[in-house]
Formats: sequence, structure tokens, C-alpha cells
Amino acid sequence: MGFPMLVPFSPWCWLLLLVVLKCSEASSDLNKSTNSTAQHEPNVRFAAASSEADEKISVFALDYDYVQIPYEVTLWILLASLAKIGFHLYHRLPGLMPESCLLIIVGALVGAIIFGTDHKSPPVMDSSIYFLYLLPPIVLEGGYFMPTRPFFENIGSILWWAGLGALINAFGIGLSLYLICQIKAFGLTDVNLLQNLLFGSLISAVDPVAVLAVFEEARVNEPLYMMIFGEALLNDGISVVLYNILIAFTKMHKFEDIEPVDILAGCARFIIVGVGGVFFGIIFGFISAFITRFTQNISAIEPLIVFMFSYLSYLAAETLYLSGILAITACAVTMKKYVEENVSQTSYTTIKYFMKMLSSVSETLIFIFMGVSTIGKNHEWNWAFICFTLVFCQIWRAISVFALFYVSNQFRTFPFSIKDQCIIFYSGVRGAGSFSLAFLLPLSLFPRKKMFVTATLVVIYFTVFIQGITIGPLVRYLDVRKTNKKESINEELHIRLMDHLKAGIEDVCGQWSHYQVRDKFKKFDHRYLRKILTRKNQPKSSIVSLYKKLEMKQAIEMVETGILSSTAFSVPHQAQRIHGTKRLSPEDVESMRDILTHNMYQVRQRTLSYNKYNLKPQTSEKQAKEILIRRQNTLRESMRKGHSLPWGKPAGTKNIRYLSFPYGHPQPIRRDPKVADFTGDDSSDSELPSIMFKPYPRTGTLKKETQEIIPMKSFPRGGKPCHFGYPRNTSQEEHVGAGRREALRPKPLFHAVDEEFESGEESEEEASAGGSRWSAEHRPSKQYHRSHSPLLQRK
Amino acid sequence: DPKRCSCVYFEVDLNPTCRLLGGSASLLRLYHRFRALDRNKKGYLSRVDLQQIGALAVNPLGERIIDSFFPDGNLRVDFPGFVRVLAHFRPVDDDDSGMRDPKQPEPLNSRMNKLRFVFQLYDLDRDGKISRHEMLQVLRLMVGVQVTEEQLESITDRTVQEADEDGDGAVSFLEFTKSLEKMDIEQKMSIRILK
Repeated sequence: MGFPMLVPFSPWCWLLLLVVLKCSEASSDLNKSTNSTAQHEPNVRFAAASSEADEKISVFALDYDYVQIPYEVTLWILLASLAKIGFHLYHRLPGLMPESCLLIIVGALVGAIIFGTDHKSPPVMDSSIYFLYLLPPIVLEGGYFMPTRPFFENIGSILWWAGLGALINAFGIGLSLYLICQIKAFGLTDVNLLQNLLFGSLISAVDPVAVLAVFEEARVNEPLYMMIFGEALLNDGISVVLYNILIAFTKMHKFEDIEPVDILAGCARFIIVGVGGVFFGIIFGFISAFITRFTQNISAIEPLIVFMFSYLSYLAAETLYLSGILAITACAVTMKKYVEENVSQTSYTTIKYFMKMLSSVSETLIFIFMGVSTIGKNHEWNWAFICFTLVFCQIWRAISVFALFYVSNQFRTFPFSIKDQCIIFYSGVRGAGSFSLAFLLPLSLFPRKKMFVTATLVVIYFTVFIQGITIGPLVRYLDVRKTNKKESINEELHIRLMDHLKAGIEDVCGQWSHYQVRDKFKKFDHRYLRKILTRKNQPKSSIVSLYKKLEMKQAIEMVETGILSSTAFSVPHQAQRIHGTKRLSPEDVESMRDILTHNMYQVRQRTLSYNKYNLKPQTSEKQAKEILIRRQNTLRESMRKGHSLPWGKPAGTKNIRYLSFPYGHPQPIRRDPKVADFTGDDSSDSELPSIMFKPYPRTGTLKKETQEIIPMKSFPRGGKPCHFGYPRNTSQEEHVGAGRREALRPKPLFHAVDEEFESGEESEEEASAGGSRWSAEHRPSKQYHRSHSPLLQRK
Repeated sequence: DPKRCSCVYFEVDLNPTCRLLGGSASLLRLYHRFRALDRNKKGYLSRVDLQQIGALAVNPLGERIIDSFFPDGNLRVDFPGFVRVLAHFRPVDDDDSGMRDPKQPEPLNSRMNKLRFVFQLYDLDRDGKISRHEMLQVLRLMVGVQVTEEQLESITDRTVQEADEDGDGAVSFLEFTKSLEKMDIEQKMSIRILK
């Protein structure tokens, strides 16, 4: 199993390693030789020659110092990227271990190289680089990709768990370690209480999101997902705040000077720092949302605005000693909703990808630093401290999980089961955050800093590798799924049907939540915020454009491969076959089962899917489009036959409306005889009257519109005439070409839906899905027409 | 007038509907959901209202699920009807079965009734049997476009063959139940929030 992984690894990575090695050697050589000059005149590249009287112009010279830092940084990032490519090439690997494992290995590798080549100036991370440049992208990405609705639904539990959990862990671990340090046998008596508490606070910073990808397919339920996500989000902030407060305490030289007043001041500061940070973030979020309202003509700067304002919120909060992390998180959350409505589709994609890229680069660099620290001489190994740290981390996490969830379960409508709690306990994987905080401990206040760093590294390695790799099997075991039993084809089909049915009924039931608070917020949002912060007359741009691009392309493909021929849905043209006599061999059955398992539509994932290192293209989108297109085709076909339902219920008076334009325009009914004779001649376009789009009444004609205006239609095989889809197309085309205003007019209907506050957020999604389908069909009809005709003419 | 509507709902339908769901907490939420879906405050849901649910549009069985809310060719479903369908998906309580009065009709969320609900998704012409053609239609709905027609037909043949015991070429309700006897229907067809 390891071999296939090595194969993609080897050519790239060995090559790169060679290059890196060569450069490091060269650099170390150069460093030795030009050490003096490098130190005195680091930036004066051209003046270096003055120290040696150089008569000749050298044809080929090597100047590594000049590019050293950016060169090495680029090489590391490239190495990490290549490793990731190799990681994902072997498709089973991401499910086995979290990607942070890989990053740590790469970091250790780079560290080994640097150590091995005796690099004179290894990379160091100092406090300002970490806090100003490396940390904000990571936190921004977490805040931006957080799903807001489930977050706010579970916010009580999340705050309770993340806040109190971090505090309990920090103080618990710190106090227990202090007690251990008191035991003289371990030689740790010089580590005082404050240092232990500080260590506790930094070691309790967990990064559970890193393991989410591992048990993604185990159908983790939504609240559990949000717990893990929320904890990761808030944990960093709380750890850093606590860290800073304790550092401030440590700076007060005498331990005995700390009075209860100071402790109270510390608590008050904790709260102010947290709340103040959030407040700053919200303000900056609103400002940036407001500014994106005006950027339609220069959409290229939209990502810039988003990033700069988020970063600004971080810096502004840090200036006032408030929590920058919470500020940037709050900014991202606030900004996201309005910005996504305002910016163009490309800006939206750019923002997402750029954010992922930045955070990925940051994290890679931190892990590289970690690797460099690991392989080095500056360790202090103290068995007692390290072992007890590990033990206490697990114990205190278990205590905090079970105690806090026991309490919060009393207040929740859907309590967390023990299985969920075990998963939360086991997902306490440490990450880059703890290492950074440990590394940045000031040596003056912490004479035994090396020991702390070593202990932190051990905990990180242990949790990431051992817990990260075993959490997958654990979750699958807890899930207790009967996966090994071979089911008959019957059962497979029925199981999948029932899964779809259940998902559908769940969708009918909708999301249940605390209506009052959410409704109030939505009212406020609509009445005031939306008017100020979003552009006028905007469709839900991202979803609309998505549907436009994807549905059209897929529609074209599906039609061209002849899949949607109208014969697919006709009455069976053959009588019931003589059955029962065909004996199928086991291989046939197997192949049938394979066909079924690979080709049946997947059940719509109602749970969230978040991958920290990757923006996965949604495979379910392709499936969704296919289903939508087939549905529209079916309905259109069945309407053509005059039936409203596939199995031929008698058409009532309502169905007569299907055959005419739903806007109540009398002309199309007259036109239908013409349509029946229509043989695909382009020239008939001109005789079609232009149809006025009237804002149709709200009563239930919505779905009919989507059926009428389908731009995509089946191409008749065997010469059946094209039916009324086509003339509709052309009329739309002229119309869409003629007046964009009309195309936008039906929109008020969808926005009107938003105004119904009782409907809750899901109705917006529904409306947008419906509206996007509708308006999406409007827009592509214009372009589609052009691609439409050549295909027609081929017939 | 929404207030009066709600009073009407509750006064008239509280008892039997409440019993269907076994409690009034989920009833209230379902009522909110019903009202949210009922866009024009008609007091009933039509097919179009349910088609507005975007997620159902990308569900391969979307249309059939919607149709199951409108039994017997009705064009409207009122709140008790809405609840009646959803009551099939209540999780089964273990203590329910013990205390049940045998004279009362079986609760809607019993295994039999759940299976009956699934059966009627297949059996469109309501003749009590899933014919080969009906099975083929369902299969076609659920499988992607890259499977050829011949493959679908042979899979259908096999499916009907496996379940059919009396050789009539169709799957009756009893045969259907028998083919699924090993499956944990109660767990598969239960929605947690309806408890």
C-alpha cells in the first residue's frame, strides 16, 4: 500500500530534494566565505565587489545571498504542494490520515535537510511574523467558510463548549502540571505556577478541523460538525487572549504581588478583549459590505477590498490590545453574506480560492518552522514533564467534554449522544497554533523554554499522527454500519430509494430552529441592512451564474449524446417480456450490482462538507444538474402529451394553461397549430410575435414557467418536429436581446418571497434555487440559441 | 387573517392530528413549516407549493414524493393531510407497541405502514403490485444517464425475478415486504426531528 504512494512521490520529490540540497550546500559554502561581508552589508549587493579588487567581469557568478530568503520560502512551499499532489494522487490516502500529517512530514523533511546541510542561517519565526503575517490568513479562512445558519443555531452550545472548554483545559492542565512540578524527583521545581498555566493555555489550543476530512463520509450529523468547527474557530482566539493575559501577569515580576484584584482585572480584560474584538470585526464587516455595493464597474478590486478590510480589522483590534483573531473572524462572518451578493461571480471565486491559498501557505510555513525546530539540537527532554503533559491533555479534554456536554444537553432539543461526545473528545488534535505560541515564548521569562517547546512538539506529533490516523476507523466503528454484508440487488435499489425518500421528506420538513430570534434578525436584516449594504436589482449572482454555466453546458452535452431522446419516456413499446426463464450467472449479477452502485444517484448530503486544505468541486452538482434537466424534460414531454403527471391522470382545466404562455397572452394558443408544423426552419423566427413578459400573478404559476421556458430540448431522432420549446426560445431570445429589463422583472417575485419572514432562511435558498433555475433559463437562452441552430441544421 | 386561520387549525384538528404525531411540540413546528410553504395563505398546499422546495427538484424522486402528499388525485393538501404523510416518518418508540390498544388502527409509523408508503411510491397505478414496467421507471429515475437501456432492462428483470415468488411477473406488497425483511426499515425511514 505504501508503494503506490511512493511512486508519485519519487520522481518529483527526489528531484526537488536534490535541488534543495545543492542550493543549501552552495549557500552554506557562500555563507562561510562571505560571512563577514554578508553581515556588514547585507543589502548592498553591488558593493560586495569592492572588498575584492576585481579586474575582470565574471561571465558566470553565483549570488545566493540576495535571493536566499524568498528562494527558500518558495522552494518549501513548492515542496509542500508537490507532496500534496502526491498525497491526493493515491485516492485512499486522504481518507486514512489528515492532511496535517503530510504537512508535518514535509516540514520535518525540510528541517532534516537544513540540519543536514548545516545551514548557517536557518529560518526563524519571530513573534511579529507569526502574529502579523502567518496567523491572520488562517483565521480568516476559518471564519469565511463557516456555515452561518448552523453556527447561529447552535451558538449557545458552541460558545459554552469552546469558551469554557478552553478555559477548563488550560487551567486544568496548568494546575496539574504545577502539582507534578512540585515533586522534586522530576527536577522541575523551578517551573512556577504562572509558567505552567501559560503552558496549559497554549497546549489546549486544538485544531480539530484538520481531522474532519477523515471522517467526512461517516455522515457526521450537523450539530456535531458545527461543534467541531466552532471549537476550532474560537479556540485559537481564546488561547491567544489567555496567553497574552498570562504573559502580562508573568511580566509582573514577583509572583506574590498578584492579588485577587489583579485576577479580577484579568477576567474583566478577558471579556473585554473578546467582546471588543468581535465588535470591531462586525463594524469592519459592515463597512466592507457597504463599499462592495459600489464596485460593479471595477470588479477587479473586489477581492482586494475584502482582504484588506479583514486584515485591517485584525490590525485595528491588535492596536488596542483587543483580540484580533476574534475581530477577523467576526468580520469574515458579517461580510460574507452581503459581499457574496454584491460581488461578481469571478470575484467570488477569486476570494474563495485566494483565501484557501493564503491559509494553506501560512500553515505550510508554520509546519516547516516546526520541522526545523524538531530536527535540531535545541531540545530538552524531560520524561516526566512530557509524559504527564500527554496524559493530562487527554484526561482534561475528556473531563471537559463529558462535563460540559452533560450540562448543555439539558438545554438542547437534540442532545448529543455519547457517541458524538466520544468523537469530539477524540478529535482534539493539536495543530500549528500551539507550536507557534510555544515557540514564541520569551526566553527571558521562561528559562526552560526548550522543555516547553519539546513537550509541545511531542504532543502535536502524538495527536496528529496517532489520533489523526485512528480517528477514521474509530468513527466508522462507532457508526456500526453493516457494510460488509452483500445485499441483493433488490435491497440495494430499495435502500437507495428509501434514502432518497428520507432526504426528500427531511427537505419538506425543513430546518427547525428557534424561530423568534431568527425571525427578528431577518426582519431587521431586510428592512435596514439589506437596503444599505446590497446593490439594487441583484439576482443571487453566484448561484445564478453557476446554474447558467453548468446547466447549459451539461444540457448541450446530454443532448448531443442523444441521451434525452423522447423515446426514453414513452409507453413501453414492447409487451411484457417473457421472464423467469433467463438464468443469470453470478458474474452477471455482480456486474449488475456494480452498475447499480456506481451509477445510482447519490443521496443529497444534508450535512456540511468542509475541507480545510481544499476547495473540492462539488460532485453532487453534476448529479443535481442531470436530475434537473431530466426532470424538466420529463415534465415537458408529459405536458406535450397533455398529461400533467407521468402516469396519465386526466388533464384538468389547469393543464390547458400548460400549453399556453402562462402570462395569459391569448396569442400563443393560436400559434400552436403553427408550432405543430414547425420543422425546425430558422426563418420562422421572424413571424413570431414578440411576447410581453408580464409580471405573472403569484398564485402557483411558477413551476409552469420553468417548464415552458426550457431552452434545452430534445432533438428529435427520426425526424419528429421540434416542438414548442423552440419558438419560445427564439421569442425569448429576441426579447432578452431587446430588453434586459424584462428579463429582470420576474425577479420581484423571488425577492417578495424573501419578505415573508416566517418562511425562514431555507425559503431563500428554495426561492433562489427556483429563481435561479428560472432566470438561469432566461439568460442562457440567448447564447443557447446560437448553439442551438447549428445542431438543428444538422438534422 | 393569519391569526384566525391558526385558531381554526388548532381548534378543529388538534386531537387527531396531535395523536398522529404523538405530541404537540413537533406539531407546532410542522404548522410553522406548513404556513411557510403555503405562500399565498390559502390554508392548503398545492403541488406548486411543494415544488418550490429547491432541494426536492434535485432529488431524483422529487416528483413522486410530492405526489405522495396528494393521494387519490387531490390537488390540495390541508394541514392534517400534510401531517398524516409526515407521521409515517416518526421514529418508532419501543414503548408504543407494548401499550397499544389492538382495536385501534395501527399507528402510521409502524413498519407495515412505512413499507406501504414506500410501496406506493413504486406502484403508481395502485393495483397493489409493482409491475415490471413500474420497476423499470423507478430504476430509470434513480440511475444516471450513462447506463444503457439494455442494462436497465436486465437489472429490472433481475430485481423482479428476485422478489417475485408466485411467478406473476410483478411484485405484490407481501413479496415486497418479504424481500425487505432483513432491513431495518424503522431506522431508515425515521426522521429524528419528528420525534
